[in-house]
Amino acid sequence: MNTFLTQHLAAQRDALRRLAASPLNTLLSLMVIGIALALPSAGWVVLDNLRNITGSASGVQQISVFMAADAGKKDVSEIESRLREADPGRWYFVSRDEALKRLQSSEDMAEIIASLPKNPLPDAFVVEPANTRPEALEQLAKTFSAWPKVAHVQLDSAWVKRFDAFLRIGKLAITLLAGLFASALVGVTFNTIRLQILAQSAEIEVAKLIGATDAFIRRPFQYFGALQGALGGLFAALLVTLGSLLLTVPVGELVTLYGGNFVLHGLTSTNIATLAVIGAVLGWLGAQLSVAMHLHRIG
Amino acid sequence: MISASTVTKRYPEGLEALKEVSFEINAGEMVFITGHSGAGKSTLFRLLAAIERPTSGSIVVNGQNLAALRKSAVPYLRRNFGLIFQDQKLLFDRSVLDNVLLPLAIVGLPAKEAVRRARAALDKVGLLEREKAHPIALSGGEQQRLAIARAVVNRPAILLADEPAANLDAESAADILEIFRAFHQVGVTLVIATHDPQWIAHASPRVLRLDRGRLLADSMDAAA
Repeated sequence: MNTFLTQHLAAQRDALRRLAASPLNTLLSLMVIGIALALPSAGWVVLDNLRNITGSASGVQQISVFMAADAGKKDVSEIESRLREADPGRWYFVSRDEALKRLQSSEDMAEIIASLPKNPLPDAFVVEPANTRPEALEQLAKTFSAWPKVAHVQLDSAWVKRFDAFLRIGKLAITLLAGLFASALVGVTFNTIRLQILAQSAEIEVAKLIGATDAFIRRPFQYFGALQGALGGLFAALLVTLGSLLLTVPVGELVTLYGGNFVLHGLTSTNIATLAVIGAVLGWLGAQLSVAMHLHRIG
Repeated sequence: MISASTVTKRYPEGLEALKEVSFEINAGEMVFITGHSGAGKSTLFRLLAAIERPTSGSIVVNGQNLAALRKSAVPYLRRNFGLIFQDQKLLFDRSVLDNVLLPLAIVGLPAKEAVRRARAALDKVGLLEREKAHPIALSGGEQQRLAIARAVVNRPAILLADEPAANLDAESAADILEIFRAFHQVGVTLVIATHDPQWIAHASPRVLRLDRGRLLADSMDAAA
Protein backbone atom coordinates (compact mmCIF):
# COMPACT_ATOMS: atom_id res chain seq x y z
CA MET A 1 0.00 0.00 0.00
CA ASN A 2 2.84 2.31 0.92
CA THR A 3 4.61 1.60 -2.37
CA PHE A 4 1.35 2.13 -4.24
CA LEU A 5 0.80 5.53 -2.60
CA THR A 6 4.43 6.57 -3.02
CA GLN A 7 4.32 5.80 -6.73
CA HIS A 8 1.02 7.61 -7.24
CA LEU A 9 2.18 10.67 -5.31
CA ALA A 10 5.41 10.72 -7.31
CA ALA A 11 3.41 10.49 -10.56
CA GLN A 12 1.15 13.36 -9.45
CA ARG A 13 4.16 15.50 -8.57
CA ASP A 14 5.68 14.67 -11.93
CA ALA A 15 2.46 15.67 -13.73
CA LEU A 16 2.32 19.00 -11.86
CA ARG A 17 5.99 19.62 -12.61
CA ARG A 18 5.36 19.05 -16.31
CA LEU A 19 2.38 21.42 -16.31
CA ALA A 20 4.42 24.11 -14.58
CA ALA A 21 7.52 23.50 -16.71
CA SER A 22 6.03 25.08 -19.84
CA PRO A 23 3.41 27.63 -18.73
CA LEU A 24 2.71 28.98 -22.21
CA ASN A 25 2.06 25.54 -23.69
CA THR A 26 -0.07 24.68 -20.68
CA LEU A 27 -2.09 27.88 -21.02
CA LEU A 28 -2.68 27.32 -24.73
CA SER A 29 -3.75 23.72 -24.15
CA LEU A 30 -6.09 24.81 -21.36
CA MET A 31 -7.61 27.43 -23.66
CA VAL A 32 -8.23 24.89 -26.41
CA ILE A 33 -9.73 22.38 -23.98
CA GLY A 34 -11.67 25.12 -22.19
CA ILE A 35 -13.24 26.43 -25.39
CA ALA A 36 -14.00 22.88 -26.60
CA LEU A 37 -15.87 22.18 -23.39
CA ALA A 38 -17.38 25.67 -23.08
CA LEU A 39 -19.31 25.52 -26.36
CA PRO A 40 -21.52 22.50 -25.54
CA SER A 41 -21.77 23.65 -21.92
CA ALA A 42 -23.02 27.06 -23.03
CA GLY A 43 -25.52 25.35 -25.33
CA TRP A 44 -26.73 23.26 -22.42
CA VAL A 45 -27.15 26.37 -20.26
CA VAL A 46 -29.10 28.10 -23.04
CA LEU A 47 -31.47 25.14 -23.40
CA ASP A 48 -31.94 24.87 -19.67
CA ASN A 49 -32.76 28.56 -19.44
CA LEU A 50 -35.16 28.35 -22.39
CA ARG A 51 -37.05 25.64 -20.54
CA ASN A 52 -37.29 27.94 -17.55
CA ILE A 53 -38.32 30.94 -19.65
CA THR A 54 -41.26 29.05 -21.10
CA GLY A 55 -42.16 27.86 -17.65
CA SER A 56 -42.32 31.38 -16.32
CA ALA A 57 -44.09 33.00 -19.28
CA SER A 58 -47.84 33.43 -18.71
CA GLY A 59 -50.28 31.28 -20.69
CA VAL A 60 -47.81 28.55 -21.39
CA GLN A 61 -48.05 25.16 -19.70
CA GLN A 62 -51.42 26.05 -18.23
CA ILE A 63 -54.64 24.18 -18.66
CA SER A 64 -57.86 26.18 -18.61
CA VAL A 65 -60.92 24.19 -17.50
CA PHE A 66 -64.13 25.98 -18.56
CA MET A 67 -67.36 25.05 -16.80
CA ALA A 68 -70.66 24.66 -18.60
CA ALA A 69 -72.85 27.79 -18.78
CA ASP A 70 -75.46 26.18 -16.52
CA ALA A 71 -72.92 25.00 -13.89
CA GLY A 72 -73.77 26.09 -10.39
CA LYS A 73 -71.83 26.60 -7.18
CA LYS A 74 -72.25 22.93 -6.31
CA ASP A 75 -70.63 21.90 -9.61
CA VAL A 76 -67.76 24.32 -9.03
CA SER A 77 -67.22 22.85 -5.55
CA GLU A 78 -67.21 19.37 -7.03
CA ILE A 79 -64.43 20.31 -9.47
CA GLU A 80 -62.52 22.04 -6.66
CA SER A 81 -62.62 18.90 -4.54
CA ARG A 82 -61.56 16.74 -7.52
CA LEU A 83 -58.65 19.08 -8.19
CA ARG A 84 -57.62 18.90 -4.53
CA GLU A 85 -57.72 15.14 -4.73
CA ALA A 86 -55.87 14.85 -8.07
CA ASP A 87 -53.25 17.39 -6.98
CA PRO A 88 -52.02 18.13 -10.54
CA GLY A 89 -50.02 21.20 -9.41
CA ARG A 90 -50.99 24.79 -8.67
CA TRP A 91 -54.50 25.85 -9.63
CA TYR A 92 -56.92 28.70 -9.04
CA PHE A 93 -60.51 29.54 -9.76
CA VAL A 94 -61.59 32.40 -12.05
CA SER A 95 -65.27 33.18 -11.64
CA ARG A 96 -67.31 34.33 -14.63
CA ASP A 97 -67.65 37.80 -13.01
CA GLU A 98 -63.92 38.10 -12.52
CA ALA A 99 -63.30 37.02 -16.09
CA LEU A 100 -65.73 39.67 -17.30
CA LYS A 101 -63.96 42.32 -15.24
CA ARG A 102 -60.64 41.35 -16.78
CA LEU A 103 -62.09 41.69 -20.27
CA GLN A 104 -63.66 45.03 -19.40
CA SER A 105 -60.27 46.34 -18.27
CA SER A 106 -58.90 45.58 -21.71
CA GLU A 107 -59.13 48.66 -23.97
CA ASP A 108 -59.98 46.70 -27.11
CA MET A 109 -62.71 44.64 -25.53
CA ALA A 110 -64.39 47.15 -23.21
CA GLU A 111 -66.83 48.47 -25.81
CA ILE A 112 -67.86 45.02 -27.05
CA ILE A 113 -68.40 43.76 -23.52
CA ALA A 114 -70.50 46.78 -22.62
CA SER A 115 -72.83 46.07 -25.55
CA LEU A 116 -73.58 42.50 -24.42
CA PRO A 117 -76.96 41.95 -22.72
CA LYS A 118 -75.50 39.49 -20.20
CA ASN A 119 -72.18 37.94 -19.13
CA PRO A 120 -71.42 35.19 -21.69
CA LEU A 121 -68.32 33.94 -19.90
CA PRO A 122 -68.25 30.67 -17.91
CA ASP A 123 -66.60 29.94 -14.57
CA ALA A 124 -63.15 28.51 -15.08
CA PHE A 125 -60.21 26.87 -13.37
CA VAL A 126 -56.64 27.59 -14.39
CA VAL A 127 -54.31 24.69 -13.65
CA GLU A 128 -50.49 25.00 -13.72
CA PRO A 129 -49.41 21.36 -13.78
CA ALA A 130 -46.34 20.25 -11.88
CA ASN A 131 -45.45 17.79 -14.63
CA THR A 132 -45.10 19.80 -17.84
CA ARG A 133 -44.21 16.98 -20.19
CA PRO A 134 -46.52 17.15 -23.23
CA GLU A 135 -47.85 13.62 -22.69
CA ALA A 136 -48.62 14.39 -19.05
CA LEU A 137 -50.37 17.62 -20.01
CA GLU A 138 -52.53 15.85 -22.56
CA GLN A 139 -53.42 13.14 -20.10
CA LEU A 140 -54.50 15.78 -17.56
CA ALA A 141 -56.60 17.60 -20.15
CA LYS A 142 -58.30 14.33 -21.01
CA THR A 143 -59.03 13.66 -17.34
CA PHE A 144 -60.47 17.15 -16.79
CA SER A 145 -62.68 16.84 -19.88
CA ALA A 146 -64.35 13.80 -18.35
CA TRP A 147 -65.35 15.63 -15.18
CA PRO A 148 -69.02 16.70 -14.75
CA LYS A 149 -70.16 20.09 -16.00
CA VAL A 150 -66.81 20.73 -17.69
CA ALA A 151 -67.67 22.23 -21.07
CA HIS A 152 -64.23 22.75 -22.50
CA VAL A 153 -60.60 22.14 -21.59
CA GLN A 154 -58.03 24.29 -23.29
CA LEU A 155 -54.44 23.22 -23.57
CA ASP A 156 -52.08 24.83 -26.01
CA SER A 157 -50.54 21.45 -26.59
CA ALA A 158 -49.50 22.12 -30.15
CA TRP A 159 -47.31 24.98 -28.98
CA VAL A 160 -45.94 22.92 -26.12
CA LYS A 161 -45.26 20.02 -28.49
CA ARG A 162 -43.50 22.25 -30.95
CA PHE A 163 -41.41 23.74 -28.21
CA ASP A 164 -40.65 20.34 -26.76
CA ALA A 165 -39.56 19.12 -30.19
CA PHE A 166 -37.36 22.16 -30.51
CA LEU A 167 -35.79 21.42 -27.13
CA ARG A 168 -35.23 17.80 -28.09
CA ILE A 169 -33.51 18.84 -31.34
CA GLY A 170 -31.49 21.33 -29.34
CA LYS A 171 -30.49 18.63 -26.88
CA LEU A 172 -29.49 16.30 -29.70
CA ALA A 173 -27.44 19.04 -31.36
CA ILE A 174 -25.72 19.80 -28.06
CA THR A 175 -25.01 16.11 -27.52
CA LEU A 176 -23.50 15.79 -31.00
CA LEU A 177 -21.49 18.96 -30.46
CA ALA A 178 -20.34 17.66 -27.08
CA GLY A 179 -19.26 14.37 -28.69
CA LEU A 180 -17.38 16.24 -31.36
CA PHE A 181 -15.59 18.51 -28.92
CA ALA A 182 -14.92 15.61 -26.55
CA SER A 183 -13.10 13.89 -29.41
CA ALA A 184 -11.17 17.10 -30.00
CA LEU A 185 -10.21 17.20 -26.33
CA VAL A 186 -9.02 13.62 -26.46
CA GLY A 187 -7.07 14.49 -29.61
CA VAL A 188 -5.45 17.55 -28.03
CA THR A 189 -4.35 15.54 -24.99
CA PHE A 190 -3.20 12.66 -27.20
CA ASN A 191 -0.96 15.00 -29.14
CA THR A 192 0.39 16.81 -26.07
CA ILE A 193 1.28 13.50 -24.47
CA ARG A 194 2.75 12.18 -27.73
CA LEU A 195 5.13 15.14 -27.83
CA GLN A 196 6.05 14.58 -24.19
CA ILE A 197 6.70 10.91 -24.86
CA LEU A 198 8.94 11.78 -27.81
CA ALA A 199 10.88 14.16 -25.57
CA GLN A 200 11.19 11.50 -22.89
CA SER A 201 11.68 8.43 -25.03
CA ALA A 202 15.20 7.85 -23.65
CA GLU A 203 13.91 7.96 -20.09
CA ILE A 204 11.08 5.57 -20.92
CA GLU A 205 13.47 3.15 -22.61
CA VAL A 206 15.88 3.16 -19.65
CA ALA A 207 13.07 2.84 -17.12
CA LYS A 208 11.69 -0.18 -18.97
CA LEU A 209 15.11 -1.79 -19.16
CA ILE A 210 15.70 -1.49 -15.43
CA GLY A 211 12.35 -2.87 -14.33
CA ALA A 212 9.60 -0.29 -14.82
CA THR A 213 6.18 -1.76 -15.52
CA ASP A 214 3.92 -0.28 -18.20
CA ALA A 215 1.73 1.09 -15.40
CA PHE A 216 4.71 2.95 -13.97
CA ILE A 217 5.44 4.49 -17.38
CA ARG A 218 1.78 5.36 -18.02
CA ARG A 219 0.96 6.84 -14.61
CA PRO A 220 2.56 10.32 -14.83
CA PHE A 221 1.12 10.83 -18.31
CA GLN A 222 -2.34 9.75 -17.19
CA TYR A 223 -2.20 12.17 -14.27
CA PHE A 224 -0.99 14.89 -16.60
CA GLY A 225 -3.87 14.26 -19.02
CA ALA A 226 -6.44 14.13 -16.24
CA LEU A 227 -5.09 17.25 -14.56
CA GLN A 228 -4.96 19.19 -17.82
CA GLY A 229 -8.49 18.06 -18.67
CA ALA A 230 -9.84 18.99 -15.24
CA LEU A 231 -8.24 22.42 -15.42
CA GLY A 232 -9.62 22.81 -18.95
CA GLY A 233 -13.07 21.92 -17.59
CA LEU A 234 -12.74 24.60 -14.92
CA PHE A 235 -11.63 27.07 -17.56
CA ALA A 236 -14.73 26.20 -19.59
CA ALA A 237 -16.90 26.74 -16.50
CA LEU A 238 -15.29 30.14 -16.03
CA LEU A 239 -16.06 31.10 -19.64
CA VAL A 240 -19.70 29.99 -19.40
CA THR A 241 -20.19 31.70 -16.04
CA LEU A 242 -18.74 34.96 -17.38
CA GLY A 243 -21.00 34.68 -20.43
CA SER A 244 -24.12 34.13 -18.33
CA LEU A 245 -23.22 37.02 -16.03
CA LEU A 246 -22.92 39.32 -19.03
CA LEU A 247 -26.27 38.18 -20.43
CA THR A 248 -28.30 38.20 -17.20
CA VAL A 249 -29.53 41.81 -17.45
CA PRO A 250 -30.36 41.99 -21.18
CA VAL A 251 -32.13 38.61 -21.15
CA GLY A 252 -34.09 39.56 -18.04
CA GLU A 253 -35.26 42.76 -19.76
CA LEU A 254 -36.26 40.84 -22.88
CA VAL A 255 -38.30 38.30 -20.92
CA THR A 256 -40.02 41.09 -18.97
CA LEU A 257 -41.19 42.56 -22.29
CA TYR A 258 -42.98 39.25 -22.93
CA GLY A 259 -44.61 39.35 -19.53
CA GLY A 260 -42.33 36.81 -17.94
CA ASN A 261 -40.48 36.94 -14.69
CA PHE A 262 -37.16 35.26 -15.20
CA VAL A 263 -33.58 35.34 -13.99
CA LEU A 264 -30.92 33.79 -16.23
CA HIS A 265 -28.96 31.18 -14.35
CA GLY A 266 -25.47 29.93 -15.18
CA LEU A 267 -23.70 26.79 -14.03
CA THR A 268 -24.30 25.39 -10.56
CA SER A 269 -21.41 24.11 -8.44
CA THR A 270 -22.48 20.57 -9.38
CA ASN A 271 -22.32 21.51 -13.07
CA ILE A 272 -18.84 22.96 -12.59
CA ALA A 273 -17.64 19.84 -10.78
CA THR A 274 -19.17 17.70 -13.54
CA LEU A 275 -17.32 19.71 -16.19
CA ALA A 276 -14.03 19.24 -14.33
CA VAL A 277 -14.66 15.51 -14.01
CA ILE A 278 -15.62 15.16 -17.69
CA GLY A 279 -12.47 17.09 -18.64
CA ALA A 280 -10.37 14.86 -16.38
CA VAL A 281 -11.85 11.66 -17.80
CA LEU A 282 -11.37 12.77 -21.41
CA GLY A 283 -7.83 13.98 -20.68
CA TRP A 284 -7.03 10.68 -19.01
CA LEU A 285 -8.42 8.85 -22.05
CA GLY A 286 -6.27 10.87 -24.48
CA ALA A 287 -3.18 10.22 -22.36
CA GLN A 288 -4.00 6.53 -22.03
CA LEU A 289 -4.38 6.11 -25.81
CA SER A 290 -1.17 7.99 -26.50
CA VAL A 291 0.98 6.06 -24.01
CA ALA A 292 -0.58 2.72 -24.91
CA MET A 293 0.23 3.32 -28.56
CA HIS A 294 3.82 4.23 -27.73
CA LEU A 295 4.32 1.28 -25.38
CA HIS A 296 2.87 -1.04 -28.01
CA ARG A 297 5.31 0.37 -30.55
CA ILE A 298 8.39 -0.10 -28.36
CA GLY A 299 7.03 -3.28 -26.72
CA MET B 1 21.51 -19.31 -9.89
CA ILE B 2 21.80 -18.97 -13.69
CA SER B 3 21.44 -21.96 -15.95
CA ALA B 4 21.56 -21.83 -19.74
CA SER B 5 20.70 -24.99 -21.62
CA THR B 6 21.28 -25.37 -25.39
CA VAL B 7 20.40 -21.73 -25.97
CA THR B 8 20.10 -20.67 -29.59
CA LYS B 9 19.26 -17.19 -30.79
CA ARG B 10 18.39 -16.69 -34.41
CA TYR B 11 17.33 -13.28 -35.73
CA PRO B 12 14.64 -12.91 -38.39
CA GLU B 13 17.19 -11.95 -41.05
CA GLY B 14 18.79 -15.37 -40.57
CA LEU B 15 21.79 -14.49 -38.41
CA GLU B 16 22.42 -17.14 -35.76
CA ALA B 17 24.00 -15.12 -32.93
CA LEU B 18 24.14 -18.02 -30.41
CA LYS B 19 24.25 -21.74 -31.14
CA GLU B 20 23.30 -24.26 -28.46
CA VAL B 21 25.15 -22.54 -25.64
CA SER B 22 24.98 -24.23 -22.22
CA PHE B 23 26.53 -23.21 -18.90
CA GLU B 24 25.73 -22.80 -15.23
CA ILE B 25 26.69 -19.93 -12.96
CA ASN B 26 26.46 -20.32 -9.20
CA ALA B 27 25.57 -17.64 -6.70
CA GLY B 28 28.51 -15.37 -5.81
CA GLU B 29 30.55 -16.23 -8.92
CA MET B 30 32.32 -13.64 -11.05
CA VAL B 31 32.14 -14.73 -14.68
CA PHE B 32 33.55 -13.05 -17.74
CA ILE B 33 32.00 -13.74 -21.12
CA THR B 34 34.59 -13.03 -23.70
CA GLY B 35 35.20 -13.36 -27.40
CA HIS B 36 35.81 -11.28 -30.48
CA SER B 37 33.38 -8.75 -31.83
CA GLY B 38 30.34 -10.62 -33.17
CA ALA B 39 31.00 -13.64 -30.95
CA GLY B 40 27.58 -13.29 -29.31
CA LYS B 41 28.52 -11.65 -25.98
CA SER B 42 25.97 -8.84 -26.21
CA THR B 43 23.29 -11.24 -27.43
CA LEU B 44 23.90 -13.43 -24.39
CA PHE B 45 23.76 -10.31 -22.18
CA ARG B 46 20.37 -9.36 -23.68
CA LEU B 47 19.05 -12.89 -23.23
CA LEU B 48 20.20 -13.04 -19.58
CA ALA B 49 18.59 -9.64 -18.93
CA ALA B 50 15.35 -10.83 -20.55
CA ILE B 51 15.55 -8.04 -23.12
CA GLU B 52 15.29 -10.71 -25.80
CA ARG B 53 14.11 -14.32 -25.74
CA PRO B 54 16.03 -17.32 -27.04
CA THR B 55 14.82 -18.95 -30.25
CA SER B 56 15.27 -22.33 -28.56
CA GLY B 57 16.70 -23.70 -25.34
CA SER B 58 16.14 -22.32 -21.89
CA ILE B 59 17.65 -19.82 -19.52
CA VAL B 60 16.70 -20.28 -15.89
CA VAL B 61 17.47 -17.52 -13.40
CA ASN B 62 16.59 -18.09 -9.74
CA GLY B 63 14.24 -20.87 -10.82
CA GLN B 64 12.44 -18.79 -13.44
CA ASN B 65 12.63 -19.87 -17.07
CA LEU B 66 13.10 -16.61 -18.97
CA ALA B 67 11.92 -18.14 -22.24
CA ALA B 68 8.53 -18.95 -20.73
CA LEU B 69 8.19 -15.81 -18.65
CA ARG B 70 5.01 -13.78 -19.15
CA LYS B 71 5.67 -10.34 -20.62
CA SER B 72 4.10 -8.66 -17.60
CA ALA B 73 6.50 -10.51 -15.26
CA VAL B 74 9.66 -9.31 -17.03
CA PRO B 75 9.91 -5.93 -15.23
CA TYR B 76 9.75 -7.64 -11.83
CA LEU B 77 12.46 -10.10 -12.89
CA ARG B 78 14.71 -7.28 -14.08
CA ARG B 79 14.53 -5.66 -10.66
CA ASN B 80 16.62 -8.60 -9.39
CA PHE B 81 19.40 -7.61 -11.79
CA GLY B 82 21.76 -4.70 -11.87
CA LEU B 83 22.21 -3.93 -15.56
CA ILE B 84 25.18 -2.05 -16.96
CA PHE B 85 24.87 -1.35 -20.66
CA GLN B 86 27.59 -0.85 -23.23
CA ASP B 87 26.25 2.63 -24.00
CA GLN B 88 25.44 3.21 -20.30
CA LYS B 89 21.98 4.61 -21.05
CA LEU B 90 22.30 7.51 -18.67
CA LEU B 91 19.70 10.29 -18.62
CA PHE B 92 21.57 13.40 -19.62
CA ASP B 93 18.79 15.81 -18.69
CA ARG B 94 18.82 14.58 -15.09
CA SER B 95 21.37 15.05 -12.36
CA VAL B 96 23.70 12.29 -11.23
CA LEU B 97 21.56 11.77 -8.12
CA ASP B 98 18.32 11.65 -10.16
CA ASN B 99 19.83 9.00 -12.44
CA VAL B 100 20.50 6.79 -9.44
CA LEU B 101 17.09 7.54 -7.95
CA LEU B 102 15.26 6.17 -11.00
CA PRO B 103 15.43 2.44 -10.07
CA LEU B 104 14.29 3.31 -6.55
CA ALA B 105 11.33 5.30 -7.87
CA ILE B 106 10.40 2.26 -9.97
CA VAL B 107 10.18 0.05 -6.89
CA GLY B 108 8.32 2.81 -5.02
CA LEU B 109 10.78 3.50 -2.25
CA PRO B 110 9.77 6.56 -0.17
CA ALA B 111 11.68 9.69 -1.21
CA LYS B 112 13.80 10.10 1.95
CA GLU B 113 14.95 6.49 2.01
CA ALA B 114 15.54 6.58 -1.75
CA VAL B 115 17.83 9.62 -1.49
CA ARG B 116 19.74 8.00 1.38
CA ARG B 117 20.31 4.83 -0.61
CA ALA B 118 21.17 6.67 -3.83
CA ARG B 119 23.82 8.70 -1.98
CA ALA B 120 25.23 5.53 -0.44
CA ALA B 121 25.50 3.99 -3.93
CA LEU B 122 27.19 7.11 -5.28
CA ASP B 123 29.58 7.03 -2.34
CA LYS B 124 30.55 3.44 -3.16
CA VAL B 125 31.62 4.43 -6.66
CA GLY B 126 33.25 7.70 -5.55
CA LEU B 127 30.70 10.06 -7.10
CA LEU B 128 28.95 11.47 -4.06
CA GLU B 129 30.52 14.87 -4.53
CA ARG B 130 29.19 15.03 -8.10
CA GLU B 131 25.59 14.25 -7.21
CA LYS B 132 24.26 17.57 -8.51
CA ALA B 133 26.25 17.46 -11.75
CA HIS B 134 24.72 16.24 -14.99
CA PRO B 135 26.22 13.17 -16.69
CA ILE B 136 27.42 15.29 -19.59
CA ALA B 137 29.85 16.99 -17.16
CA LEU B 138 31.38 13.65 -16.12
CA SER B 139 34.39 11.91 -17.66
CA GLY B 140 33.95 8.55 -19.42
CA GLY B 141 35.12 6.68 -16.33
CA GLU B 142 32.79 8.67 -14.08
CA GLN B 143 29.86 8.01 -16.39
CA GLN B 144 30.60 4.30 -16.19
CA ARG B 145 30.77 4.53 -12.38
CA LEU B 146 27.44 6.34 -12.42
CA ALA B 147 25.97 3.50 -14.49
CA ILE B 148 27.30 1.05 -11.88
CA ALA B 149 25.80 3.09 -9.03
CA ARG B 150 22.42 3.01 -10.76
CA ALA B 151 22.77 -0.74 -11.31
CA VAL B 152 23.59 -1.55 -7.69
CA VAL B 153 21.33 0.93 -5.88
CA ASN B 154 18.57 -1.66 -5.57
CA ARG B 155 21.06 -4.12 -4.06
CA PRO B 156 20.64 -6.74 -6.78
CA ALA B 157 21.89 -10.29 -6.30
CA ILE B 158 23.10 -10.41 -9.92
CA LEU B 159 25.04 -7.76 -11.77
CA LEU B 160 25.09 -8.06 -15.57
CA ALA B 161 27.49 -5.82 -17.47
CA ASP B 162 27.97 -5.49 -21.21
CA GLU B 163 31.44 -4.19 -22.15
CA PRO B 164 31.72 -1.94 -19.08
CA ALA B 165 35.32 -0.98 -19.94
CA ALA B 166 34.64 -0.08 -23.55
CA ASN B 167 36.00 3.33 -24.49
CA LEU B 168 37.72 3.77 -21.11
CA ASP B 169 41.40 4.47 -20.58
CA ALA B 170 43.45 1.86 -18.71
CA GLU B 171 43.27 3.70 -15.38
CA SER B 172 39.49 4.14 -15.48
CA ALA B 173 39.03 0.52 -16.58
CA ALA B 174 41.12 -0.61 -13.60
CA ASP B 175 38.97 1.53 -11.27
CA ILE B 176 35.82 -0.08 -12.62
CA LEU B 177 37.29 -3.54 -12.17
CA GLU B 178 38.11 -2.73 -8.55
CA ILE B 179 34.52 -1.69 -7.97
CA PHE B 180 33.30 -4.98 -9.48
CA ARG B 181 35.70 -6.92 -7.28
CA ALA B 182 34.36 -5.12 -4.23
CA PHE B 183 30.81 -6.20 -5.12
CA HIS B 184 32.04 -9.74 -5.80
CA GLN B 185 33.59 -9.87 -2.34
CA VAL B 186 30.26 -9.10 -0.69
CA GLY B 187 28.61 -11.99 -2.54
CA VAL B 188 27.11 -10.36 -5.62
CA THR B 189 27.05 -12.61 -8.70
CA LEU B 190 28.73 -10.83 -11.61
CA VAL B 191 28.40 -11.69 -15.28
CA ILE B 192 30.52 -9.37 -17.39
CA ALA B 193 30.72 -9.41 -21.16
CA THR B 194 34.04 -8.01 -22.31
CA HIS B 195 36.59 -8.38 -25.06
CA ASP B 196 39.35 -6.75 -22.99
CA PRO B 197 42.03 -9.47 -22.39
CA GLN B 198 43.85 -7.32 -19.82
CA TRP B 199 40.79 -7.22 -17.60
CA ILE B 200 40.44 -10.96 -17.71
CA ALA B 201 44.14 -11.48 -16.99
CA HIS B 202 44.01 -9.20 -13.96
CA ALA B 203 40.82 -10.53 -12.56
CA SER B 204 41.51 -14.26 -13.04
CA PRO B 205 37.88 -15.19 -12.76
CA ARG B 206 35.92 -17.85 -14.56
CA VAL B 207 35.81 -17.15 -18.30
CA LEU B 208 33.26 -18.28 -20.87
CA ARG B 209 34.78 -17.86 -24.30
CA LEU B 210 32.40 -17.43 -27.25
CA ASP B 211 33.26 -17.66 -30.90
CA ARG B 212 30.74 -17.01 -33.65
CA GLY B 213 27.90 -17.89 -31.36
CA ARG B 214 29.33 -21.08 -29.93
CA LEU B 215 30.69 -21.57 -26.43
CA LEU B 216 34.28 -22.41 -27.21
CA ALA B 217 35.64 -22.83 -23.71
CA ASP B 218 34.67 -22.60 -20.07
CA SER B 219 37.71 -22.00 -17.82
CA MET B 220 35.93 -23.87 -15.02
CA ASP B 221 35.80 -27.04 -17.16
CA ALA B 222 39.47 -26.59 -18.02
CA ALA B 223 40.39 -26.27 -14.35
CA ALA B 224 38.40 -29.38 -13.53
